[in-house]
Amino acid sequence: MSAPPRTRPRLSATFTPDVMSEIRRAAATGIYDIRGAGAKRKLPHFDDLLFLGASISRYPLEGYRERCDTQVVLGARHASKPIVLKTPVTIAGMSFGSLSAQAKEALGRGATLAGTSTTTGDGGMTAEERGHSQTLVYQYLPSRYGMNPDDLRRADAIEIVIGQGAKPGGGGMLLGQKINERVAGMRCLPPGIDQRSACRHPDWTGPDDLEIKIEELREITDWEKPIYVKVGASRPYYDTALAAKSGADVVVLDGMQGGTAATQDVFIENVGIPILAAIRPAVQALQDLGLHRTVQLVVSGGIRSGADVAKALALGADAVAIGTAALIALGDNDPALEAEYEALGTTAGAYDDWHEGNDPAGITTQRPELASRLDPVLGGRRLANYLAVMTLEAQTIARACGKSHLHNLEPEDLVALTIEAAAMAGVPLAGTSWVPGKGAGAAGF
Amino acid sequence: MPVFDLNQAPLRELNRTLHGLRPDTNETHWTVTGPDGRHAIAAGLDAPVSVEIEGHVGYYCAGMNKQAQVIVHGNAGVGVAENMMSGFVHVQGDASQAAGATAHGGLLVIDGNAGARCGISMKGIDIVVKGSVGHMSAFMAQAGTLVVLGDAGEALGDSLYEARLYVRGTVRSLGADCIEKEMRPEHLAELTEKLAAAGLSGEVGAGEFRRYGSARTLYHFNVDNAGAY
Repeated sequence: MSAPPRTRPRLSATFTPDVMSEIRRAAATGIYDIRGAGAKRKLPHFDDLLFLGASISRYPLEGYRERCDTQVVLGARHASKPIVLKTPVTIAGMSFGSLSAQAKEALGRGATLAGTSTTTGDGGMTAEERGHSQTLVYQYLPSRYGMNPDDLRRADAIEIVIGQGAKPGGGGMLLGQKINERVAGMRCLPPGIDQRSACRHPDWTGPDDLEIKIEELREITDWEKPIYVKVGASRPYYDTALAAKSGADVVVLDGMQGGTAATQDVFIENVGIPILAAIRPAVQALQDLGLHRTVQLVVSGGIRSGADVAKALALGADAVAIGTAALIALGDNDPALEAEYEALGTTAGAYDDWHEGNDPAGITTQRPELASRLDPVLGGRRLANYLAVMTLEAQTIARACGKSHLHNLEPEDLVALTIEAAAMAGVPLAGTSWVPGKGAGAAGF
Repeated sequence: MPVFDLNQAPLRELNRTLHGLRPDTNETHWTVTGPDGRHAIAAGLDAPVSVEIEGHVGYYCAGMNKQAQVIVHGNAGVGVAENMMSGFVHVQGDASQAAGATAHGGLLVIDGNAGARCGISMKGIDIVVKGSVGHMSAFMAQAGTLVVLGDAGEALGDSLYEARLYVRGTVRSLGADCIEKEMRPEHLAELTEKLAAAGLSGEVGAGEFRRYGSARTLYHFNVDNAGAY
């Protein structure tokens, strides 16, 4: 006689294997999980939007014959020397320290080949990146590591970092494994210690002070440099309005998919909002102030393709920035390194222990034997290729929508596949004229 | 000896003129009148010149200074000599918050008191305050020396790195990971040198001070120290 049927073992949707694994890890170690990269959870994103190509009611441009311009000018509001880029795809701020010198050089080379800008990070400006970056944005962070007036004047623009998408409200973190002599020297810290950057600027608080700080930086650089203000996406309407009110030339808005060198996983996954939800409120803030297109909006956080670029611009951004995608173009998480990723207890595509400094791709490391694996010339070429593809893809979509410049893309060109994306992006659900939440006004953000 | 009146010409013109001075300029002594609390006066200088400001200044006076000597005949607002690299800044009155913040070098002397967060995140500057300093002074201070002839407010040296703190008066409380340390001969010598640089030789003895520095227990994260944060 066979055994009676039993209830099939059932896994919990709340206590998933991943959740239980993390509980066991926390119980064993007593420390929160720290990792690199951005939010990994599934979020409403640009994939949830589609373009409405031209047909009878709209007139497309000829794909290979008619121009679709991509140039973008950043910082003409107050700076006497605004930045002019060939493509609206820029490279986001990433520090020497979190990245190897070879990686920083490769980013500079690639950006320069593509006619775009690259950005320093929380650790100062290296000679390599300045030398290989035609257009370099110099970040002004709470830690002020390596900050000095000579580099400020050597920069092409200044980016005051208030926060980043992976951790709005949090400061930087670089663990001791990556603080070698050179990194420590640039940051005025003892080698080998865990470096904890401040989350607030040391000499100003609030938007009224920020306005005075911006004035000081303009005075030091004789009003030549565009001044960006970067915020992590959390309250984009008010943060954008306050940055613009404080005198910023450019607002950089980073969604929660934006990467970081090292932060608590709980922070990355639970603080901030996706970039899809942040663009329209930011654009609305600029429009309400009469400053849309006068103060440029650069958005970042999960930009992967020319389609993402086109969608971000259609929602009202002037340019985008890429970080994680640029590292992947250099060779991060390449399956060719699978054996080495397995030796580190992970797998290609999931490697995010960027803070440990053991990156087999030579990117997020300060170990010379690993960093030397990355050829900056080849890496730069790969990044330039990728940037060219993204630009071509965005142009392809823009022409299909009848636009002679990427900036002519508009929300009317978009529909959403989900109610959530429709509400966040402020575009109709596909096949309907319904925009959830329309009419909420600024307070609705 | 040029005189620049900020009631007659804009700040932008003053700073641009001072930035344009060559290292071998013979216009080495400038006087600025009518500061009236304006911000960023004499910010970003990089020449061996002296600038005397006849009155009170606002935020960020002498910010990012290199080489220059800037003397404020009055009080200074937030962030005086912030991120100074070298040179000398002398405030003859009181200074507001974040005096000498993040500065990498040079000497800042404040004749009066300094507000909260004096020397916050300092990276090599020497600061001498003849009066007292407010709360959270030398927060996350990385390098350099802070000398206080008066008292220090709450949470002195919180999350301190390698900066050295000398206080003659009382300390209301020490911040996380900041402890009193032994004053050894090399510290007495160092402090004597700093006091002399501030023009206090013969007036104040190094032996009157107590030394504070980092316990270095927070240099590497340890869950057992979580309560200190």
